[in-house]
Amino acid sequence: MSQKPEKLIDKKGLRLDGRKPDELRPIKIEVGVLSNADGSAYIELGKNKILAAVYGPKEVHPKHMSLPDRMVLRCRYHMAPFSVQERKSPAPSRREVELSKVLREAVEPAIFTEYYPRTAIDVFVEVLQADGSTRCVSITAASLALADAGIPMRDLVAACSAGKVDNTIVLDLMDIEDKVGCADVPVAFMPNLGVITLLQMDGLLTSEEFEKTVDLAIEGCRKIYALQKEALGAKYMSVKEVEE
Amino acid sequence: MSIVVRVKQKQIAELIAKGKRLDGRGLNDYREIKIEQGIIEKAEGSARVLLGKTEVMVGVKIETGEPFPDTPNEGVLTVNAELVPLASPTFEPGPPDENSIELARVVDRGIRESKAVELEKLCIQPGKKVFVIFVDVYVLNHDGNLIDASSLAALAALLNTKMYNYEVEGGEVKIKPGFSSLPVRKHPIAVTFAKINDKLVVDPWLEEEQIMDARITITVEDEGRICAVQKGGSGYITPKQVMEAAQIAKEKADDIRRKLGW
Repeated sequence: MSQKPEKLIDKKGLRLDGRKPDELRPIKIEVGVLSNADGSAYIELGKNKILAAVYGPKEVHPKHMSLPDRMVLRCRYHMAPFSVQERKSPAPSRREVELSKVLREAVEPAIFTEYYPRTAIDVFVEVLQADGSTRCVSITAASLALADAGIPMRDLVAACSAGKVDNTIVLDLMDIEDKVGCADVPVAFMPNLGVITLLQMDGLLTSEEFEKTVDLAIEGCRKIYALQKEALGAKYMSVKEVEE
Repeated sequence: MSIVVRVKQKQIAELIAKGKRLDGRGLNDYREIKIEQGIIEKAEGSARVLLGKTEVMVGVKIETGEPFPDTPNEGVLTVNAELVPLASPTFEPGPPDENSIELARVVDRGIRESKAVELEKLCIQPGKKVFVIFVDVYVLNHDGNLIDASSLAALAALLNTKMYNYEVEGGEVKIKPGFSSLPVRKHPIAVTFAKINDKLVVDPWLEEEQIMDARITITVEDEGRICAVQKGGSGYITPKQVMEAAQIAKEKADDIRRKLGW
């Protein structure tokens, strides 16, 4: 176990990894990385390495789970045993069950679920390495995988966290900032519609700080949104060029 | 969604657009809150909360155990929630599902992040032995807004919790006569909103929950700071609505604390 650092922000106002408070970590996004899946995406954000895959629309098993007026969206957020410092049991923890639920509720508003009655779509997210804000990266990856699978969507969902460490509001918390910091606010946002699909918080914030933090997280979502579109373009625009 | 609710959906939504609700409440009104404490003699602390027809019982049990490695000098608090099958036709026996896990974790977050229980006073031997506080939420009747009812019941039970007096002799706990209260310093109050047709309503009851687009819970501690937030439901919410909810939550939490004398 590494020792708790005394300060998370130095005298120059920089964070432990040299970032400014409103700066994202280096990010790499790839779409269509798994050949078996109908859609997939892989994202690295700092040391986070997260893979998402989409299977469907397909028949619902068991049958009685199917809905007559819309599709069933099923999501699984799972962490690999080797993704964290101390080995995590592969059995789903209570945290993973909750995150699977909020992941589903974060991407479902984007999907035209009424287009596929009596079907199911499975979204699988595997955290291969965790470094803070994994739920945000998972949502960003899941929405890209859904788009890659050709599911009709209202917008992409981009997610980013913000929080408070050492009395400063910062963007995109890494692991240590999440653990030692004062507050963590993950937000998922659909930039074209201007609406929030995931919002959680733990920590302590005044309402003014809370508003600032949410605003900063939304700014982060907009930056990630631009990169999501770029990544989709990298896969699908290049196909177009070949045709010409 | 049941047929009856689907029929009522339009009616509920139209009323809310006019600032009214099917059960006669205003948009920001809570149902009547009734709290009874100390109802289970065998538990160290207990409470029953009635929020309208929603009924939640919480029992607190205390044992000794090992602390978490990252907080060797603090007691351990765990919250568990059971959606007991007798509480609703939609609850089924079996291991906790995502709804009961989310409920427990949102209640836990409010108590933990506000540092409501003085866990640092519950250390017996640093790194080896501490008191473990089990907060078990038992939903007895589901008529909507389980989060607020459970949070209130959990806090009421913690405030009611008595620990035996003890001294530490050679790492062992020796029980002395008499009891003292569990040290509780904060009173986090969860305030839940349902978003129905782009309007927010406080303390949704079951029929409102069944037609809502999204749900947001904001937990506020004594100094008006927010200590937990959870959005739920498969719809969305606008940033403006979030800030509006935060403002109302603060007022409602103050209100409830004043009425209950916390």
